[in-house]
Amino acid sequence: MSNTAANLVALNTIVRREIVRIVRIWTQTLIPPAITMTLYFVIFGKLIGSRIGTIQGGFSYMQYIVPGLVMMSVINNCYANISSSFFGAKFSRAVEEMLVSPMPNWVILLGYVTGAVARGLVVGAMVLGIALLFTSLHVAHPFITFLSVLLGATIFSLAGFVNAVYAKKFDDIALVPTFILTPLTYLGGVFYSVKMLSEPWQAISHANPILYMVNAFRFGVLGISDVDVGVAFVVMIGFVVGLSIVALQLLKRGVGLRS
Amino acid sequence: MSPTPALVVDNLRKTYSNGVEALKGISLTVQPGDFFALLGPNGAGKSTLIGILSSLVNSSGGDAQVFGVSVNKQRSEAMKLIGLVPQEINFNQFEKPFDICVNEAGFYGIPRKIAAERAEKYLKELRLWDKAQMQARTLSGGMKRRLMIARAMMNEPKLLILDEPTAGVDIEIRRSMWQFVSAINAAGTTVILTTHYLEEAESLCRNIAIIDHGTIIENTTMKRLLATLDVETFVLDVTAMPDELPSLPGVTLRRRDEHMLEAEMARSHDLNSLFAALSTHGIMVTSMRNKTNRLEELFVRLVEGGRNGKEQAA
Repeated sequence: MSNTAANLVALNTIVRREIVRIVRIWTQTLIPPAITMTLYFVIFGKLIGSRIGTIQGGFSYMQYIVPGLVMMSVINNCYANISSSFFGAKFSRAVEEMLVSPMPNWVILLGYVTGAVARGLVVGAMVLGIALLFTSLHVAHPFITFLSVLLGATIFSLAGFVNAVYAKKFDDIALVPTFILTPLTYLGGVFYSVKMLSEPWQAISHANPILYMVNAFRFGVLGISDVDVGVAFVVMIGFVVGLSIVALQLLKRGVGLRS
Repeated sequence: MSPTPALVVDNLRKTYSNGVEALKGISLTVQPGDFFALLGPNGAGKSTLIGILSSLVNSSGGDAQVFGVSVNKQRSEAMKLIGLVPQEINFNQFEKPFDICVNEAGFYGIPRKIAAERAEKYLKELRLWDKAQMQARTLSGGMKRRLMIARAMMNEPKLLILDEPTAGVDIEIRRSMWQFVSAINAAGTTVILTTHYLEEAESLCRNIAIIDHGTIIENTTMKRLLATLDVETFVLDVTAMPDELPSLPGVTLRRRDEHMLEAEMARSHDLNSLFAALSTHGIMVTSMRNKTNRLEELFVRLVEGGRNGKEQAA
């Protein structure tokens, strides 16, 4: 059997195992984001949103926050999936099954990232489905919508992987979501347009990578964005490349994995 | 032309980041088809060596070749040849034994259909087939150890490394495990075994290396090593014993209790003459056994001898 065919079998094994895990613990992986986002739609979209009226481009507040909330749930779930799954494998030492195998590092990384992206996309589709119960949407640019959610999911899957590699205890995989990911998400234009901010806050907001993901996705869905969509894609691709290099280097050096 | 050795370890060194020098440039060779014992006290460097061979530990110098393939330079190719049964349980306990085996094969690039057939074969051979669809965490300790052997066999390795596979396992399961591993070895798989049960090593292994403080202090055949044992100690069950033990030439007698004696004597000493001498002093022997396993006696001497030598040198 050629190395390529063997690597594909190995990749398929990791992805399959990740998806089985997501389905096995569906009450932890799929249901909570659906409940949380339903509450967001009811409270922010329906109750508060109805008093705000239109916010930008003639869209209701409910319609405006849908792309941001979908992207937020995708990002959070990708990150949570890969960080808990890979750290769990490290903690139980099951990761050694992969480390002693002939599988190259990129297969391990791609397998875990694919599993996390799969969960992110499923959760994103569920949240979008729930949103359609509250409002109507016409997707303006389907390809940009898909590409932006895919890149956003990949970025945070890679970031979650790096976090899991460095983590020494379960607390360590909660630190980044609590102190970095959540603030950046809330300040990344999910609930408001950064154009509503005064300087220097508007300029500072442009240093937040989540702003580009949310706005690229919002452009795909609604056709409006606070940032140049081309710049948003350059930023996202840059993060994918940069984080991939970091993750592969960590695997090569065996940081936190090999003595 | 001699066959390519199953394993060549060449001046392998490992110094951990905390400064501990676990391996101080060790070298050894294991021939294909061998059943090789790698023994040593706790912390001697056995697991570090196995870690380097299985690529879980990065070496600080030297190299190891598995059937001529360098672990450092051709890691992937070398790993295809190795099956590892680690000391600690290292599978996802929420998965089923069947899935653990099939996934392991998948990591080696083995298609799912073949993997499923092999999983059934090895789980049956290791008497785990009836547990194949249960969560692994519900298995007993012995079953978990057998599961790790089944998992290590999924890539049908040419070199099987067993790192204390019978630790904490009851005697019956231990014996069944050794039957399985002996059959694997007889079929051509080279086996390297580390264990603290030295009677296992003595009965199973043909060649042996003893490692202590990161250096090989003995590397020879089991036969030759056992032949160096010049003194043996027997435990004798006796019917009656005089108040004062007789003095016998070439034998040191020690009283253990009212009906038990220890007799330390040269291996060349005739046992019949011992029994006859005891009999003349009214001591009748009803049964006897070795005080310790022969390899254990040698092991203790070698390790303690090495330490005393170092202390004297210091």
